[in-house]
Amino acid sequence: MNGFFDIPSDLQHSWLGLIGLHLREALIPVAVGLLLALPIGQLCVRVRWLYPPVLWVTTILYAVPSLAFFVVLIDYTGQSETTVMIPLAVYSLVVLVPAIVDGVRSVPQETLAAATAMGLGPVRRYLQVQLPIAVPALIAGLRVATVSSISLVSVGTLIGNQGALGNLLADAMFYHRPVLAVNSVVTTAVLAIVIDALLVLLRKVLTPWAPPASGGSRSAGRGGRRTPGRAAKQRSVVRPRPAALAVQDTAPVKDTAR
Amino acid sequence: MIRIDSVTKRYPDGTVAVDRLSLEIPDRSITVLVGPSGCGKTTTLRMINRMIEPSEGTILIDGVDIQKQPVNTLRRGMGYVIQNAGLFQHRTIVDNIATVPRLLGWSKDRARGRARELMTRVGLDASLASRYPYQLSGGQQQRVGVARALAADPPVLLMDEPFSAVDPIVRKGLQEELLRIQEELGKTIVFVTHDIDEAIRLGTMVAVMRTGGHLAQYAPPAELLSSPADAFVEDFLGADRGIRRLSFFTSAGLELTTAPVVALDTTARQLAAREAEIAEVAAPHLLVTDLDGKPLGWCAPEDFPGAEPGRLLSFGRPFEFGKDSLRAALDCAVLSPTGWAVAVDAEGRAVGVASQETIGEAIRAAHAERRKADVAG
Ligand SMILES: Nc1ncnc2c1ncn2[C@@H]1O[C@H](COP(=O)(O)OP(=O)(O)OP(=O)(O)O)[C@@H](O)[C@H]1O
Ligand SMILES: [Mg+2]
Repeated sequence: MNGFFDIPSDLQHSWLGLIGLHLREALIPVAVGLLLALPIGQLCVRVRWLYPPVLWVTTILYAVPSLAFFVVLIDYTGQSETTVMIPLAVYSLVVLVPAIVDGVRSVPQETLAAATAMGLGPVRRYLQVQLPIAVPALIAGLRVATVSSISLVSVGTLIGNQGALGNLLADAMFYHRPVLAVNSVVTTAVLAIVIDALLVLLRKVLTPWAPPASGGSRSAGRGGRRTPGRAAKQRSVVRPRPAALAVQDTAPVKDTAR
Repeated sequence: MIRIDSVTKRYPDGTVAVDRLSLEIPDRSITVLVGPSGCGKTTTLRMINRMIEPSEGTILIDGVDIQKQPVNTLRRGMGYVIQNAGLFQHRTIVDNIATVPRLLGWSKDRARGRARELMTRVGLDASLASRYPYQLSGGQQQRVGVARALAADPPVLLMDEPFSAVDPIVRKGLQEELLRIQEELGKTIVFVTHDIDEAIRLGTMVAVMRTGGHLAQYAPPAELLSSPADAFVEDFLGADRGIRRLSFFTSAGLELTTAPVVALDTTARQLAAREAEIAEVAAPHLLVTDLDGKPLGWCAPEDFPGAEPGRLLSFGRPFEFGKDSLRAALDCAVLSPTGWAVAVDAEGRAVGVASQETIGEAIRAAHAERRKADVAG
């Protein structure tokens, strides 16, 4: 009963079960965050002055420790997964909103003018032109948000074993089985890497139109290259916001230099 | 006909971009708006498809106020081409071109078929159809831009400095292509540029605008060159407007001489028989042609016959008699090492030569002719 994959019975899950739980607790918040960020981002693009205050708010919310969220939420949602997922969804906004705004804004003026001149109304313009062109930026944002979320789920262990793989950390101390801690850390890291790779794959499938990146697999959030002479016009697509602190390594920081 | 009727555009910050502009844009021709940066060309163009709404005045197309129809319907009936093409980077070339037909409800297959047809028309290889814009050169992208604007066969084409981001050689190719397309399709084209040469090359009518959105002159290019309305227009046309104006005079009236033109197999006896004739035109050299009559080069009379074709003086670039302008003829003469221009026919056979003096006379005659016509008209 001391093996790497022997999970203490108080967690009520096998190792694979914990992985499933962990993924659910990490990914649902990002999905919800995306659903919120799309309209917020679009609003910020249309109403320019809204963007800075929205950024402050998301940043401030990001600065609130999850524990503080738990204290407040526990009265409403109890010691549940939901209590863990709400703060994670809120945190994801700090990356996703700028990703959408910068992505949509990265659409060149000429492209928009051409779309308007061809008789595409605002809705068509958004769905057929701006959003597709923002996909690389959006996925770059999703990569940061997902990886961050995967690492943050573990905090849920504080409210009664709602931290999925993170619960192994508490159990490692409780049962004096350091190997459980190793399991927790390694499994979480592998999950993060796998999900990140899947997102890169998704980007490749969704954006056959993007020129092959010269910088290798790291160059996630690139808007499509325009004609050569205008490379200078390119803006950074995703600004690494504080969320990057947990995941510097996978954040598309490099791209901002391009 | 597009009628711009005392249109003014005042931006919210008070800038008057266009000031009481009136312009009648004839059908099936290219009308060029030209002027220095910031003079209101783009604003004028964009008022025609209502991307910008005028503050005062009306714009009528075939007598109908453009305010009277839904804006997107109006726009789908007008092609629009801009600098850097503004292609949709996330769509293939063929889908870029098919955009407006798709908006108009054509089936995907029909729209793509039409797109492929247009690619040929604008000189794009069919193999580029499934590429993405980043895989094309600037010139090719610009062609796609033109094809996309033509896709739904709109009667009107608005073009805002479409060729200004490509190099001069590509630009010349695109301009020729546009003239050809215009000839074939008979579109009403409104073309914005800040390059007066481009304006003169393409325009049936040229509207010169000056800063503040005023119309300085509206005239066919030849008239612009011969009688600029004021100092601003004259200045804008540049120092060599006299030379440029020669582009509008045909070389057909030029008096050529064939006296110094000799075939390679001409014998000394034959040459001697023509001596008086050659002396009369005072040609410094003989133009040697091959047996087909194609020019080979100039040769001093004392070295002929017996001159090796490889050692003749280069005759530079000939002009095509009757087709090229007096400007081309003069250019040949100025560049020729002998000071004489070589005229050829469509097959490239020499039809005669002309000295700078002869060309000068032809220019004076053409000017006199033009003045007489102006007085009469
Ligand atoms: N949205 C705007 N708000 C205020 N002023 C504007 C706006 N757009 C253009 N202008 C001003 O209107 C004038 C005409 O602009 P316009 O773009 O029509 O010039 P243009 O002739 O096309 O110049 P260019 O050759 O540089 O493209 C300029 O002085 C410009 O600064
Ligand atoms: Mg302009």
